[in-house]
Amino acid sequence: MILKNLLSKLSDMYCVSGDEVTSLEKFVDFLEGRYNNECILSGGNIIMNFGKREQGKKHVLIDAHIDEIGFVCSYIDDEGFIVPANVGGMDYRLFPAQQVVVHGKKDIPGIISSVPPHLSDGNGVISSASDLLIDTGYTKEQLEELVRPGDTVSFATKTAELLNDRMCGKSFDDRAGVAAVIKMLDVLKEYDDISCSYTVLFSATEEVGQRGAKTACFDIAPDIAIAVDMGFAVSTGEDAKKCGEMGKGPMIGVSPSLSREITDMLICTANKRGISYQKEIMSGLTGTNADRFGISGCGVKTCTCSIPLRYMHTAAEVVDVNDIEATAELLAEFIREVK
Amino acid sequence: MLRYTEELSSLNGVSGNEDDVRKYIISVIDGKCEYHTDNLGNLIVFKKGKKTPEKKLMIAAHMDEVGLIVTYINSDGTLCFDTVGGVNADVVAGRQVVICKNGSKGVVGSKAVHNMSDSERKESVKVSKLCIDIGATSKEEAEKYVALGDFVSFSPGFTRLGNERICSKALDDRIGCAIMIDMINKEPEYDIYFAFTVQEEIGLRGSSTAAFAIAPDFAIVLETTTASDISAVSGAQRVCELGKGAVVSYMDRRTIYDKELYELCFTVAKENNIACQTKTMVAGGNDSGAIHISGKGVRTIAISAPCRYLHSPSCVADTKDIDACSKLVNLLVPRIFEL
Repeated sequence: MILKNLLSKLSDMYCVSGDEVTSLEKFVDFLEGRYNNECILSGGNIIMNFGKREQGKKHVLIDAHIDEIGFVCSYIDDEGFIVPANVGGMDYRLFPAQQVVVHGKKDIPGIISSVPPHLSDGNGVISSASDLLIDTGYTKEQLEELVRPGDTVSFATKTAELLNDRMCGKSFDDRAGVAAVIKMLDVLKEYDDISCSYTVLFSATEEVGQRGAKTACFDIAPDIAIAVDMGFAVSTGEDAKKCGEMGKGPMIGVSPSLSREITDMLICTANKRGISYQKEIMSGLTGTNADRFGISGCGVKTCTCSIPLRYMHTAAEVVDVNDIEATAELLAEFIREVK
Repeated sequence: MLRYTEELSSLNGVSGNEDDVRKYIISVIDGKCEYHTDNLGNLIVFKKGKKTPEKKLMIAAHMDEVGLIVTYINSDGTLCFDTVGGVNADVVAGRQVVICKNGSKGVVGSKAVHNMSDSERKESVKVSKLCIDIGATSKEEAEKYVALGDFVSFSPGFTRLGNERICSKALDDRIGCAIMIDMINKEPEYDIYFAFTVQEEIGLRGSSTAAFAIAPDFAIVLETTTASDISAVSGAQRVCELGKGAVVSYMDRRTIYDKELYELCFTVAKENNIACQTKTMVAGGNDSGAIHISGKGVRTIAISAPCRYLHSPSCVADTKDIDACSKLVNLLVPRIFEL
């Protein structure tokens, strides 16, 4: 499958944190078919083991989170508007008139309400998700047949292609990471001389506090863990000194909370194989699953490998497919380096 | 009529760039009437009826929609823009857009919420701080696809909502255009002039020349109007409500409507059991503003479909209201000639 096609399919999938299980059955079938390997679906986490696990042999965890930000229905008011609560962090100011999909008994299109310019001065600021009423066109009575509190809501954005192999979609955070890990597995299929065993984890509930990563990592108990997630790419309004650049390759994490040994090993691998990369310098926690992995059990040597992303946590994120490709290559070469 | 609404609202016709909409209308009315395009781009139609009345009637709807225009190309290949017509920045940020002349896709990016200060999150979204990202990496590359002054539209995405509602960009005023096409398809009792006008959204400009050229005695403007009937808004501030029928107002910010025509609309509606409402606020404006003071004055009324989230990528209208507008205008025409 061409990477762009894979990425579109992954990003157009609906998988709001906490609602992973219902969305993932098809994806699990896809993975099992593609790698002829058992796929364990547990509490929204997807786990696939590769290679024989043995004493004295290193075990590596490669993780990308499968969940996405969105909303959850908390109340249906008398006029049939859904009052949502947020799932994950987001900028509420950007959502008036945003198209969404409500995952009730069936998927229902909806619009986040807005006040038009004729009736507003344009200076209003929405600071809470509960101010974002969702309009589905149904009455309260009709809606109650279709939607219950707790049902999730995703952005309706469909993936589109921009210039220069750049793509725009609703949940590249972290489906672009998932795509990179899938491409890594494709690369590794070609090698039968891998010295380590490894587990691929597509983890649940990262966006609400990396909860899936905590239990999965405890279960897997790896020696080394890499969290493949998104990094900030410089764009209008962002501080270039604090961001990576689109198209310049994966951003290898450097942070007091990460293992400098693994950071250096990733850098060394990239240099050796001629894979372009950037450094992502962080001063404490990383805001990714790596924060959980590092302190799992007796501690795991952990690093982040981030794909540059513009407009993170909006309904239209932008990623460069070449960065996903380079990330996949780096991860595969890293696995081959682990002795 | 719904098919025309869907097909028309999926076309891009930002004010000053209505060509695609006009071509479509010509393609569906050709052979059924006389028509010509004037210097501004208005499509002026004469439909012969069974009788030629003493007085002239013009029915008008505007072809243009609100959108964006490219004002500057940054060195990093992103595009600065201004809004064409009244568009609040919060319905532009984080949305997919399309460069009208060649269909290139783009996205209006916004700084990641993670990197915003508290004060930034509390500021209203400003157009001057937003950019369109088409994936270009340099000014030179962007210039291959975009020139200053190019029009940009919200990405089309017509959706049915609930049982009876529709959602799309540009329902304002493709609904009016669709009702007029439907009238041209029929065999009317009296001669009628139809004006599909341009540049309504930037100051009722097309209708000025169309009204001058036709020099009618009476005019009916078919429009959409701001409904703010969301549950966060109560009483008079709701302006008008979806599902409560055609909106006929006595006054808005551009026109004080002909009193006799105003009364006649409600009489005809009542006699024929057509749902009809007025606005509870003096707000907005439409082509009537230019038409009623054209030449030596034109007796004018506007019939509008109530529409939520006007001037956004996701306007919502009720098909029952569109039907009510259509029925009302068809029944009103012969009554006007009896005045």
